Amino acid sequence: MTTIHGRATSLTKGIVLTLFISGMTISFFISAVTRGDGEIVPLGIFALGMVVFGLLVVPASWLVEGRRKAINRTMTGLVFSAFGFALIPLVSLVWTVVTLGLARFDGQFFGSSMRNIVGAGGGALHAVIGTLEITLIAAVISIPIGLLTSVYLVEYGRGRFSNWVTTMVDVMTGIPSIVAGLFAFAMFSLFFGPGVRMGVAGAVALSVLMIPVVVRSSEEMLRLVPNELREASLALGVPKWLTIVRVVIPTAIGGLVTGIMIAIARVIGETAPLLIVAGFTQSMNYNPFSERMMTLPVFVYNSYSSQGTDAQAYIDRAWAGALTLIVIVMALNLGARIVSRVFRPAGNH
Amino acid sequence: MGKIIELDHVDVLYGQFLAVEDVSLTIEPQTVTAFIGPSGCGKSTLLRTINRMHEVIPGARVKGDIRLDGLNLYGDEVDPVAVRRDVGMVFQRPNPFPTMSIRDNVLAGYKLNNDRNSKSEQDDIVESSLKSAHLWKEVKNRLDKPGGGLSGGQQQRLCIARAIAVRPRVLLMDEPTSALDPISTQAIEDLVSQLKNDYTIVIVTHNMQQAARVSDRTAFFNIAGEGEPGKLIEFDDTSVIFSNPTQKNTEDYISGRFG
Repeated sequence: MTTIHGRATSLTKGIVLTLFISGMTISFFISAVTRGDGEIVPLGIFALGMVVFGLLVVPASWLVEGRRKAINRTMTGLVFSAFGFALIPLVSLVWTVVTLGLARFDGQFFGSSMRNIVGAGGGALHAVIGTLEITLIAAVISIPIGLLTSVYLVEYGRGRFSNWVTTMVDVMTGIPSIVAGLFAFAMFSLFFGPGVRMGVAGAVALSVLMIPVVVRSSEEMLRLVPNELREASLALGVPKWLTIVRVVIPTAIGGLVTGIMIAIARVIGETAPLLIVAGFTQSMNYNPFSERMMTLPVFVYNSYSSQGTDAQAYIDRAWAGALTLIVIVMALNLGARIVSRVFRPAGNH
Repeated sequence: MGKIIELDHVDVLYGQFLAVEDVSLTIEPQTVTAFIGPSGCGKSTLLRTINRMHEVIPGARVKGDIRLDGLNLYGDEVDPVAVRRDVGMVFQRPNPFPTMSIRDNVLAGYKLNNDRNSKSEQDDIVESSLKSAHLWKEVKNRLDKPGGGLSGGQQQRLCIARAIAVRPRVLLMDEPTSALDPISTQAIEDLVSQLKNDYTIVIVTHNMQQAARVSDRTAFFNIAGEGEPGKLIEFDDTSVIFSNPTQKNTEDYISGRFG
């Protein structure tokens, strides 16, 4: 047939729904027969049901709607399944951490340290404080360096040196976190003698990891600012540096903040370098410039790896620590979203 | 008041590439001069040399003299930033600052330079600039709304208001209506005819009817071929260029035989 209308017939919603229900039913019976123990796994039945549904709907579509629409349905199905597969680990992880972490997600957990605690009780306040202080210092070091580097690359960088900087940033992105930790340890050992442990050394190790992420994301965002805006400002007799400060950065601020938040989220969960340079302790330490400092990832690792007399108490605390970390990262991401929405240039929607 | 612009044997180069060769012409104050010619003939490039916006592009250079009321713009002691305050520019695509309100867009030339004016001074500048740009009536009740919310023609008039708010002597317009509809184009052309009472205006355009309508003098540029530099072919009163050009080349372009 060569009419431009093609086949007018298509699968109605009713037929698709019927096929979906039959797919689920068949899957239910298959799992009931094969398992034998009578246990019902809803997620498994749903997944198998979707496969059966796909096997039913594609031939039906081929017969009724023709080849092109059948292929379209197949591809749609594949794309959605890929998304579903990608989601499984995330959902499973969040579910596990939340269910197991809630056992000790209480006032005591956020109100006390582990000093003199053996067995049940105790908390992670010292680790929360340590994580917040170290990450804050890392951010204070990394954001100006990263932002200025990206401003250089986008607005000033020409030729060899700028290519070299870009390459170095790429190399830095690939540095294993343990190497960053060893670097900070070696550097602080030079000044403070061997075996040094302090929070600020951890912050330095984290900035080594954070700077390239900040540079890369801010570079992207600054390049997105239309050249016309720079020219408009320059043509008004505004010097270049004021153009960057007053036009380019404000226009890109939403994206810059999002990139910085993501960079923070990236390093806040680092364990290895902090294990080396910040060490671990059971006591509260507010001062990042002296003595060991606990952080949440190290707290989780330590609770799990050296369980005391009451093993369950240690494992519960480890899960609660993991949950706290996830909550902090989620809050940062949420904050980034809100900030980028607030700073979005108005009028273009 | 407008200033006289003299171009004296001007070559424009991008690195080693000669884009415009040996242009000499004099632009009288308070006139509208149109630059016309086929694409790639260097008319926009030449326009951008008059306020030193040309050198924003890496590797771009100028040889020869460009004088504004006798002062060589390319002299050693001349600050390009100062030149751009005297010679304003309007671009092909309207480019209001998206993060600023209409009012702040008009005041951008002051605010971005951290010039502090009193509130009443600012109000006067906003009102007079927007009135000169024929935009005041349309936006006076929403000065605090973002400039990006205006229509394309209104945005372009906002850009003109922004350019004249800093009181330049010369206004350069690089195809200011090529992204606009006919009604907005008409509005901008009317505006150009009025602005020439106060400014020296140079306008680049692809639209020959527009050049004939708005300009007093017209310069025709052409290139011999791909990779060749653009050259000034003929510069005369607009009426002469469009009715009785001396060069065959100009006549061919005006009558639509090429370009």
